[in-house]
Amino acid sequence: MSTIDFDVAHVLAGSLVLISFLELYQDRLYSLLNVYAAHALVLAASVAWQAFIQDAPHLYVTAMIALVFKAIIIPVALHRMIVKLGIHREIEKVVGVGLAMLAGIGLVALSMVVMLRVTQQAGRLAQEDLAFALSVVLLGLLMMVTRRNAVSQVVGFMSLENGLVLAATGAKGMPLVVEISVAFSILIAFIVIGIFLFRIRERFDTVDMQVIDSFRGEHR
Amino acid sequence: MTVNGVTGVLLIPAFAAGLLAVLPGYRATARINVLATTLTLLCALSLFFGRPVPGPYLLVDDLNATFIVLTTFVGFTTSVFSATYIGHELAIGRLTPPFVRFYHAMYQVLMFALNLALVANNIGLMWVAIELATLTTVLMVGIYRTHEALEAAWKYFILGSVGIALALFGTILVYMAARPVVGEGLDAMVWSVLVKRAGAFDPALLDLAFIFLLLGYGTKVGLAPLHAWLPDAHAEGPTPISAVLSGLLLNVALYALLRFKMLLAANPAALAPGPLMVTLGLLSLVFAAFMLYRRRDIKRLFAYSSIEHMGIITFAFGMGGPLANFAGLLHMTMHSLTKSAIFFAVGHVAQVKGTQRIADMGGLTETHPLLGWGLILGVVAIAGLPPLGIFMSEFLVVSSTFARAPLLAIVLVFGLLVALGGLFLRLNSIAFGEPRGPTDKAHASYVPMFAHLTLVFVAGVYMPPALVAWFQNVAGLLG
Repeated sequence: MSTIDFDVAHVLAGSLVLISFLELYQDRLYSLLNVYAAHALVLAASVAWQAFIQDAPHLYVTAMIALVFKAIIIPVALHRMIVKLGIHREIEKVVGVGLAMLAGIGLVALSMVVMLRVTQQAGRLAQEDLAFALSVVLLGLLMMVTRRNAVSQVVGFMSLENGLVLAATGAKGMPLVVEISVAFSILIAFIVIGIFLFRIRERFDTVDMQVIDSFRGEHR
Repeated sequence: MTVNGVTGVLLIPAFAAGLLAVLPGYRATARINVLATTLTLLCALSLFFGRPVPGPYLLVDDLNATFIVLTTFVGFTTSVFSATYIGHELAIGRLTPPFVRFYHAMYQVLMFALNLALVANNIGLMWVAIELATLTTVLMVGIYRTHEALEAAWKYFILGSVGIALALFGTILVYMAARPVVGEGLDAMVWSVLVKRAGAFDPALLDLAFIFLLLGYGTKVGLAPLHAWLPDAHAEGPTPISAVLSGLLLNVALYALLRFKMLLAANPAALAPGPLMVTLGLLSLVFAAFMLYRRRDIKRLFAYSSIEHMGIITFAFGMGGPLANFAGLLHMTMHSLTKSAIFFAVGHVAQVKGTQRIADMGGLTETHPLLGWGLILGVVAIAGLPPLGIFMSEFLVVSSTFARAPLLAIVLVFGLLVALGGLFLRLNSIAFGEPRGPTDKAHASYVPMFAHLTLVFVAGVYMPPALVAWFQNVAGLLG
């Protein structure tokens, strides 16, 4: 493998982790959605690059799905939903920005330590890719637990899925079945979420999960 | 595609789902639902007599044949119960006709997804099927659209998706471990190929993969501390769904875990999955046993009881060996039958009383003797008292543990006794004493409930040698 192949893949995967950090400290829903769109865009570029260097044309399909569906359709749709619901105010956070960032750094360090050590036989590119992918997955999880707003939890979940796609495309020659199914499940998941958001609005007049949480049945 | 038992258990639910999605009318669709599950059960039974050759996508061996028959059987009896239950919900206006249509279609999609997860030979396909099962149950849990139902469905959706995402990461890591040995492409995701060549895989990657799979699918099994979605999802959805969740979906997630455990067992250098499963199992058992004491909602009570029993089953499979595996399989079968029978009873009780609050129901044996005594019998069974089937499987788990790890057995017995106390405390106030709440006549279907309880009773008193031999054979496969 030539160095340029590796370098570009490395830059793209690294940028994905960086953008995950950007998502962590956004405090407005609009800007969060814009950052998410950038996340998906970089993912599309990264997948397309993998398709090119692995000479695996079917990966271009995955790249196209990331580009059209995740970088354009979903952010636009969520944007509209936010306008319709009138919730474009600040996002309620469970912990402060500083703490969330520190936790994020810790998670990235953890995934580097674990993955780089474990995947030594897998080849240098796959090794880096998996380490970055795990970082993106963990940062997505972190975002889901540090936000109270349903929309930003969904965004956290989607960036987590982006990390999974990065991992799947980094694993050379992985059958197409899985990539398409990942994309497909995101679609289904999104429809489900859409229905939920709609109904949540109908019933509670809020999408703030903390308000909904007050209905929870721990005491029952 | 040739028609055989395997394609039958997949195509019949898929076709029925499409049909039920477009057909109006409650009576006819409920019957079609029952008919479809009956046919699926027959196809599943045919797997005992002849099976197709394993391909890269589908595989049937003795292990999953057992699971498929159990799944389709409980799916069948639940559809019978569901016909009465949903009819009542429709009559009191809790559900509207479009929702009932949606419910029936989803029921079949769920059956399809569960069967697909069980027959999948490809670990990617198995993941897709479990994801599909999760999404359909999320939709069904939220079907009443009350505050609580939406919150439960949302919580289940978020936690379930996170679990499923971790499981996918684990699946990718398994592929990474297999690639250098098996080669690129489809073969490196085919379970039957993987298990033959797992000995040469990189053990470190395999270990890491199993951790992710355990956390991911473990969430779906409902193991503590990953169980948070389970009580809400059981309590707020329609009761047939509670029965199917407890009786089937948890088993299917555990089945996925077992397949990967077999993969690790084939590699001597990889970590032993047993101790991890034993720890999570015991933790779930003891935690859930204590939680039983403070429940005020009847469906939540039995949801915690499901966590407890999944803990016992995971513990038994974690111990491994022919006897513990045998006990685990038997316990899983008995728990599925008993827990769904209990939910059948609970569903009708909650409908009669118009509430799920334990404080608002009482003296059930006086006002509704059949329901009351059915519930008592179910709770006696689930608490593990002789002579019912669960007593036997729990006895086997405990005795095999005492022989190998007495300290663990003490924790196990402690958890079982705590759970027994919790269940009887609640049962006492529900079944006996002054009648409380409405005492209208129940429009119940008793047949599914008593059919399950009879099977559990018979298994406790007399196990046919053929069945024992079959379970021993499957336990041997699990290693």
